[in-house]
Amino acid sequence: MNVMKLRPLFFTISAFLLLASLLSIIFWKFKPSIDFTGGSLWEVNIPQYSSEKTDQIFSSNNLELKETTPLGNNNYSLKFADINPDQKGKLDQTLKEIYPDSKEQKFQTLGPILGRELLQKTITAVILTSIFLFLFIGRRFRDLSFGAGAVLAMLHDTFILIGSFSLLGHFFGAEIDSLFVTALLTTLSSSVHDTIVTFDRIRELRRQSYQKDWVALANQAVTETLTRSINNSMTIIFMLLSLVLLGGSTTRWFAAALLIGVVSGTYSSIGVAIPLVLFFKNRRQK
Amino acid sequence: MHSRKKTLRIFWSILALTLFCFLINFPKQLPLKIHLGPINWEHTFYRPQLNLKLGNNILKNNFDLKYGLDLAGGSSLIFDIDTSNRNSQELTQALESLKTNIERRINLFGVSETNVRIDKIQSQHRLQVDLPGIENTADAIDLIGTTAQLGFFGVINDQQFTQATSSAEFLSSIKDTGLNGSHLKNSSVQINPNNSKPEVSLEFNDEGSKLFAQATKDYLNQKIVIFLDNRILTAPTVQTVITEGKASISGDFTSQSAKELSIQLNAGSLPLPLKLVQQSQIGATLGQNSLNKGIFAGIVGLIVVALFMVANYGKLGLIANISLIIYSLITLTLYRLIPVTLTFPGIVGFILSVGMAVDSNILIFERIKEESRRGKDWNMAMETAFGRAWDSIKDANTCTIITGFILFNPFNWSFLSTSGMIRGFAVTLILGIFVSIFTGVYVTRNLLRVFAKEKK
Repeated sequence: MNVMKLRPLFFTISAFLLLASLLSIIFWKFKPSIDFTGGSLWEVNIPQYSSEKTDQIFSSNNLELKETTPLGNNNYSLKFADINPDQKGKLDQTLKEIYPDSKEQKFQTLGPILGRELLQKTITAVILTSIFLFLFIGRRFRDLSFGAGAVLAMLHDTFILIGSFSLLGHFFGAEIDSLFVTALLTTLSSSVHDTIVTFDRIRELRRQSYQKDWVALANQAVTETLTRSINNSMTIIFMLLSLVLLGGSTTRWFAAALLIGVVSGTYSSIGVAIPLVLFFKNRRQK
Repeated sequence: MHSRKKTLRIFWSILALTLFCFLINFPKQLPLKIHLGPINWEHTFYRPQLNLKLGNNILKNNFDLKYGLDLAGGSSLIFDIDTSNRNSQELTQALESLKTNIERRINLFGVSETNVRIDKIQSQHRLQVDLPGIENTADAIDLIGTTAQLGFFGVINDQQFTQATSSAEFLSSIKDTGLNGSHLKNSSVQINPNNSKPEVSLEFNDEGSKLFAQATKDYLNQKIVIFLDNRILTAPTVQTVITEGKASISGDFTSQSAKELSIQLNAGSLPLPLKLVQQSQIGATLGQNSLNKGIFAGIVGLIVVALFMVANYGKLGLIANISLIIYSLITLTLYRLIPVTLTFPGIVGFILSVGMAVDSNILIFERIKEESRRGKDWNMAMETAFGRAWDSIKDANTCTIITGFILFNPFNWSFLSTSGMIRGFAVTLILGIFVSIFTGVYVTRNLLRVFAKEKK
C-alpha cells in the first residue's frame, strides 16, 4: 500500500483544518468558563422557573445576571460576577423567599487572578511536555527528525482541538474550562502514544534492511500497523463515545474534547508525523 | 522456552492475585439467601478489613473508595494568605502553625477527611481547604477565615473611652494588659444561669492567670475591653480580683457563634490574616448523579470494547477480556489501598487507561497474526510477537508517563498546576499505565501460554 503517495492530500487536509481552527479562533474566539475569567456560577434546581423572578433575585441584590442556561430537569446554571460570602448569604436568602422549593446544586465563585494563572500554567505544561517528548523520542530513535515529527504532529492535534472548541463554543456553547485543559494535556500523550507505534515499526524495518529508502520504509510500516492503529482507536472511541452519550452534562464536553483529540491523534500519526519525518530526512539528504 | 511447570506456577499466582483483588472490591455486606425447597440457607458476606498492629502503629483500612468533592459533594475554599510584615524566617513558622491551627479548627468542628493545603504561586501564598459533606459554606468560611486574635485591654480613661469617636482618642484611652489568646488553656461554651444566654468561658494557663490577676487588680472597678480581631467583644467592669485564672465572655452570642468562637480559641488564633478568593460547593445529589452516570457509561463502554475484541480476535479476544477484567480489579484495588481520591477526571483517566490496556493486546495480537502468516507455528509466533511488540509498548507508554508526571507535578512546581482535578486525572492515568503493562503483557502472555497448549 503506497500511503505516502497521499502526502499532498494529507497536507491539504491538515492545512485546511489548521486554517479553519485559526480563523475560528480569530473571529469567534472562545467561550471561557469562570475558571478563566473569574466570576460566579450557580446551579440551582428551580421547579417553577420564571425569568422575571430570577432577574428580581439579582436586581434586589444589586447584581447583574450575565447568563442563564437551562440544564434540564429544572436545573439552571446562572452566571454573574464574583461575590463575597456576605453577598452569597443574602443571595441564598432572596432565592428562598422567591423560590421556596429551590435547591442549590452547585456554587462556585473565584476572582480573575486564578483564571490567568490557569492559562499560564497550561501553556507552560504544553511547552514542557513538548521539550521532554522531543528529547525522549529523539534519543530513543537516535534521530531528532522523529522527535520533531512526533511533537509537531502533537501540536497539530492540540491546535485542532483548541480550534474545534472555538467552533463548538460558537455554535453549541461549549466552554473552555479546567476540564478542557485536562483533555488538552491528555491529547498530548495519546497523540504521541499512537505515533510511537508506527515509528517503532520503521525503526524495526530499518534494522532488518539497511539500504531501503525512507518512503518505502514508511509505506511498509504504515501498512503493517494500520489495522492496530484503527482497532485501538476504535476501542478508545467506544469508551469515550459512551461517556459523551451517557455520561451526563458535567462531562459531555470533556469527553467530546478527548474524542476529538484521539481521532485527530490517530490521523496525525500517519498524516502528519511520518510525512514530516520524511520531509526532514529528504532535506538532510540533499 | 518456558517450562510448563513455571507457566502453571505463574498462572496460579495470577489467579490468587485476582482473588485477593476481588475480595477487596467485594461489597461491604452482601446478604445471600437461598430458598430451594427444603434448603434454607442464609448468609451475609463481609468485605475483609485490615486491622494490623505493628508495635504501637495501628494499620487500619476498611478499603472504602474515597470520592472527591465533585462526586461526594462538599465545599472547597481558597484563601489568599496575607504575608506582608513577615520576614522569610518567621514566615515558614507562621505558615506551619496556620495550617495546624486550621486543621485543628476543622477537626474540632467535626468534619473528617479534610484536606488543608498551602500552595505558593509566584510570591502569593494560598490556602486551600476541602470540606467533604459540608454544604453550608457560610459557617465554614466564618470558622476558618477568622483569625481569632484575642486581646485584653484595660480602660485607663473611662470618660474618653465612652465618648471616643476617632481611633486615635480611642487608642489612647486603653492600655494592653499583655494578656492574649496564646495564654489560653481551654475554652468552652456555657449558658449563663441568670439570662440563659450562651457565654464563652476561658481558662488561662499559669502565666495567663498571673497576668489576669494583675489586670483585675490594676483595673478593679474599671473596665477591661476584650477584643476579637480588632472588634470589641465585650467591655465588662471588674468586680473583684480574679486569681484562679478563669473568666467568661458574654457578648452578643448565638449558641452557634459561641461554639465557633470557642473552637477558634481552642485551636489557637491564626498567625496570618486570610482573604477568601474562591469558594465552590457541590451538592451531594449532583455529585452522586455524575458518579452514577459515569459508572454506567464506563460499563457500557467496556462491554462494547469486549464484544469488539471477541469479534475481531476470537479466542484471543476472550483472553484479552479476561486480562482486562483482571486489570480493572487490580486498579480498583490500588485505588482502595493507596488510597486514591476519585474525582470525575479521575474516572475518565481510568476509562482512558482501559483503552491503553487493550492497546497492548491489540498490538500483540496483530503481531501474532503477522508472524503466523510468515509461517511460524503458533507458539513461536506468540513468543516472537510479545518480544517484538514490547519495544513499542515500552516507548509509547513512557511518553504517556512523562505527560502524566508533568500533569501530576510531583514537586509542586509553582509554574505548573497543582489543581486537584488535573492531579486526580494524572494519578489514575499513571497507575493505569503501570497496571496495563502488567496485565496487557505479563498476564495475557501467561494466560495464552496456559490455554494455547491445550489447543493442540
